[in-house]
Amino acid sequence: MNWRRRHVLGLSDFQPEEMEFVIDTARSMEEVLSRDIKKVPALRGKTVVNLFFEASTRTRTSFEMAGKRLSADVVNFSSATSSVTKGETLLDTARNIEAMKPNILVVRHSASGAPLFLSRHVSCSIVNAGDGANEHPSQGLLDLYTILKVKGKIAGLKVAIVGDILHSRVVRSDLHSLGRMGAKLWLCGPATLAPREMERSGAVVTSDIREAVRGADVIIMLRIQLERQKTAYFPSLREYSRRFGLNREIFSLAKEDAIIMHPGPINRGVELSDELADCERSVVLRQVESGVAVRMALLYLLAGGSHAAH
Amino acid sequence: MKILLDGKGVERVLSRLTHEIIEKNKGAGEIVLVGIASGGIPLSQVIRRKIQVIEGVEVPAGFVDITLYRDDLARAGYQARMKRTEIPFSIDEKKVILVDDVLYTGRTIRAAMDALIDFGRPRNIQLAVLIDRGHRELPIRADFVGRNVPTSRTETVEVRVEGNPEDWAVLLKEESRGKGE
Repeated sequence: MNWRRRHVLGLSDFQPEEMEFVIDTARSMEEVLSRDIKKVPALRGKTVVNLFFEASTRTRTSFEMAGKRLSADVVNFSSATSSVTKGETLLDTARNIEAMKPNILVVRHSASGAPLFLSRHVSCSIVNAGDGANEHPSQGLLDLYTILKVKGKIAGLKVAIVGDILHSRVVRSDLHSLGRMGAKLWLCGPATLAPREMERSGAVVTSDIREAVRGADVIIMLRIQLERQKTAYFPSLREYSRRFGLNREIFSLAKEDAIIMHPGPINRGVELSDELADCERSVVLRQVESGVAVRMALLYLLAGGSHAAH
Repeated sequence: MKILLDGKGVERVLSRLTHEIIEKNKGAGEIVLVGIASGGIPLSQVIRRKIQVIEGVEVPAGFVDITLYRDDLARAGYQARMKRTEIPFSIDEKKVILVDDVLYTGRTIRAAMDALIDFGRPRNIQLAVLIDRGHRELPIRADFVGRNVPTSRTETVEVRVEGNPEDWAVLLKEESRGKGE
């Protein structure tokens, strides 16, 4: 197949072949990252703007690294230091940046749909780096890639995702990527944070972490946002940790070669015990590694093609 | 369609090419082979086998994909699938024989040389091609040429050197779009 997509807004309309294409490209990128000189001239003369309206270090750094490895010029724009604090609208901010002729805008925003909205109003390519509780497509693809690297396949694997399912854009992207490639997904969290409606996605929803972890090949622990405690989704962090935290005893219910993943940053001692976060079955750092390769693949694929010819 | 070389012909040309490489480098001691994906890879394997027969030496062989070094990224209108690069040895102070099937504009070779330089500092880079079809757009020439074939830009040169040696062939085809690089 050939890549003709202009934006990456979410994985909801990604076909399996398309995901395989991105993963295949990411493999080539990973070879570049294994060299002494980790830089290729592919995007020389192209400009990537990281437009982040929400705090993020990891994803922004990952996209920045990905752009620089491909020789693109990367400019970071974060709302805390920008005119957004002076009352400028999202569209005005984007139009101003567009006037500086970037090729790709990498957008993170707390409102679901913000990247989609921008894609209708600017002429450059948009990559969604996380929008509200909607999607985080590069995370969905890097999770897919990481599992493929470790397990060699996706189809038939039991993948348990534990934590704040309701507010997680990672879950929504993982449902598309892992789900469409044939994984059996189990979603687990307090009933207030893991609504039954999520079963419409084809996943099994449960409030019993033992049931979710039993026989699992992959366990994805989600960060529990500490501020959620104030809104009474669960009584206390301690109780959450006791019922939904992953510790050695619960992890022993999973398959012998099960792996632990986490999109980061980890609340040690809350959703994941110290001991497990650092054990050899945790592939958290491999996820970070895969992340740069997958984002290089996305930037490369979007920067090619006549639509991107500025 | 015209048959430029049949199975036997390709075999003979590659034998001569291999002898020339060994002669010019006074043996195969410091040689490494790097095939350019995709067409150069099977050719570099054939040359490697022939060096082994003639000199009794197994030279290191790798391959390079030039996609990330192209100068026409935004022109194609879409992105084609990338191939692999694998140079699992140091090229520092080595004589690198770059192998490709067809030499045409020279742009692929320029990209391949840029890629090689990212892997180290070879003593020198030499170019071996099965077919030189002319129409250079850069000041590049091959050190070892199997056949010089005058072509028009509308023609395509197709090289088949995989599978049964009897089925190997080099064909000249009339097509509307130029190919070869």
